[in-house]
Amino acid sequence: MANRPEESQLNKALLRSEEIASLAGKDMATRDAYGTALYNLGISNEKIVVLDADLSCSTKTIKFAKAFPERFFNIGISEQDMVCTAGGFALSGLIPFASTFAVFETGRAWEQIRQTIAYPFLNVKLAATHSGITVGEDGASHQANEDIALMRVIPNMTIIVPADGFETAQFVNILAEYNGPAYMRLGRAKAKAVMPNDYKASIGKAYKFHKGKDACIIATGLMVNESLKAREILLQSSIDCGVINVSTIKPLDGDTILEAVSGCKLVLTAEEHSIIGGLGGAVAEFLSENYPVKIIRTGIRDTFGMSGSPTELMKIYRLTAEDIAEKIRNNLH
Amino acid sequence: MNQLNQSKDINFLKEKAKEARIEILKMLNIAGSGHTGGSLSATDIVAVLFYYKMRHRPNEPEWKERDRFILSKGHAAPVLYSLLAMTGYFEKSLLTTLRKINSPLQGHPSSKLLKGVEVSTGSLGQGLSIANGLAMGLRLQKIPARVYCLLGDGEIQEGQIWEAAMTSAHYKSDNLCAIVDNNGLQIDGRCAEVMKIDPIPDKWIAFGWNVINIDGHNIKEIINALDEAERCKGKPTVIIAKTVKGKGVSIFEDKVQYHGVAPSKEELEIALKELFSSG
Repeated sequence: MANRPEESQLNKALLRSEEIASLAGKDMATRDAYGTALYNLGISNEKIVVLDADLSCSTKTIKFAKAFPERFFNIGISEQDMVCTAGGFALSGLIPFASTFAVFETGRAWEQIRQTIAYPFLNVKLAATHSGITVGEDGASHQANEDIALMRVIPNMTIIVPADGFETAQFVNILAEYNGPAYMRLGRAKAKAVMPNDYKASIGKAYKFHKGKDACIIATGLMVNESLKAREILLQSSIDCGVINVSTIKPLDGDTILEAVSGCKLVLTAEEHSIIGGLGGAVAEFLSENYPVKIIRTGIRDTFGMSGSPTELMKIYRLTAEDIAEKIRNNLH
Repeated sequence: MNQLNQSKDINFLKEKAKEARIEILKMLNIAGSGHTGGSLSATDIVAVLFYYKMRHRPNEPEWKERDRFILSKGHAAPVLYSLLAMTGYFEKSLLTTLRKINSPLQGHPSSKLLKGVEVSTGSLGQGLSIANGLAMGLRLQKIPARVYCLLGDGEIQEGQIWEAAMTSAHYKSDNLCAIVDNNGLQIDGRCAEVMKIDPIPDKWIAFGWNVINIDGHNIKEIINALDEAERCKGKPTVIIAKTVKGKGVSIFEDKVQYHGVAPSKEELEIALKELFSSG
């Protein structure tokens, strides 16, 4: 006997929450978590449609595409068209997720996002992968170090940068429920699991790992893991450094940030993005008005990337835990 | 909820187009700025859409099964506003607030501010992509509505139009009808001189569209083309409507300088006299 509809809906929702829970503690690229979560979302929510610009194997929307071919639309290599087409789907009452690489989605289609998605507040989810320097070997043309800045400056835009697979999967579901434009920044490289098993993601809510007496690291994305490691390094020299994960860059969680930095002599922001206009920019703007304190921004220092392995690039651009620890040590005294 | 009476009466539609032209000129004069030429070139087409072709309910603007109209050439906002007011989406008195502070009648249409505006436009080249998404989304949900998208001829210089043209044909969106307002002029001069767009029909044929060429001021031809577009299955239709920029007012007709200039008080008087005395 077939389940009654509401019962089968409930089962699907349960399946979804079990699937999310199973990702807790799992090291995985956030793009992989996205692909899995999107597929599960597709099972329980028939309003989800997915668009891609010829990169479904890399963005991992392929999993959804294979399961729900009638709700998957490959728009070909035309990001501007894809973004506006997603806008049309939203206007028809569906919930589109549009994916490609971050540099093309936010760069190539920036004005389309501004005019057609953000200005009329359309319910479009821009989920872009291959953000930041850890794209690796493909080099500067494919490494988006400017995407957060590009999205932050647009009114109405919500920006989510998950730190690991578990957080990504939660935000995929949260964004499907949220009625408005949003940008989700995902990565190619494996992300170490950092969020605790009982973590509940929420738009606009930063997560405090530790409150520190001496300094505070405000981190996002892959840099959350580096920051947590930096804290351990600094504890060896008796420096007590707090760490928070700001996965919603916009709207910024000012309350959690103020609470985390209170009493600290130094704040360090950490992101795999330009130090201009991203998390560092947002935090500096916020704290200069609300809690003037010395801020060191860690990120890509106004330069383009290059080819190399993600590990090599993290070292070259000084984004490792050791780099963070050294900066804090040098600036505390 | 009442649906508008769909009228095939040519004289009635001609009268409505004339009325719309009068509203357009009056609101532009009060605003003191705005796009006269391209609003008047598209008036007959938009009037036939709103009074004959489209299934829509002005008193229920969010009716799920309504046909959608996308003014991709958003600078022709006055033609959209006039038809929305005339068909009852809002009071005609609101037309006098065009481009004024806090008015829902923005210089270019905003869907957030004004009922009946389906899509915010103004940045050229984006409307056809939006129309594609809408048409595919409606089809996926089995909503039997059609999507109409009005493009400027200068606008098709935007590369995104051709990305979208590929998408419409690839996904066989036969619930979509694009209309090119081919008035031959753009801000800097004749399209042929600024950036050649001809041959327009051949380009759309090559992109896999059903192409219908008409005189964009002949009401009967507009009606027939829109009906034929609805009958065409398996591919999208584009109507290439040959029009005259500034149509209906001899001092504005085919004059590039009236692309983005509102009529002065004197010009308005001449224009209204001419329109009232026309048949």
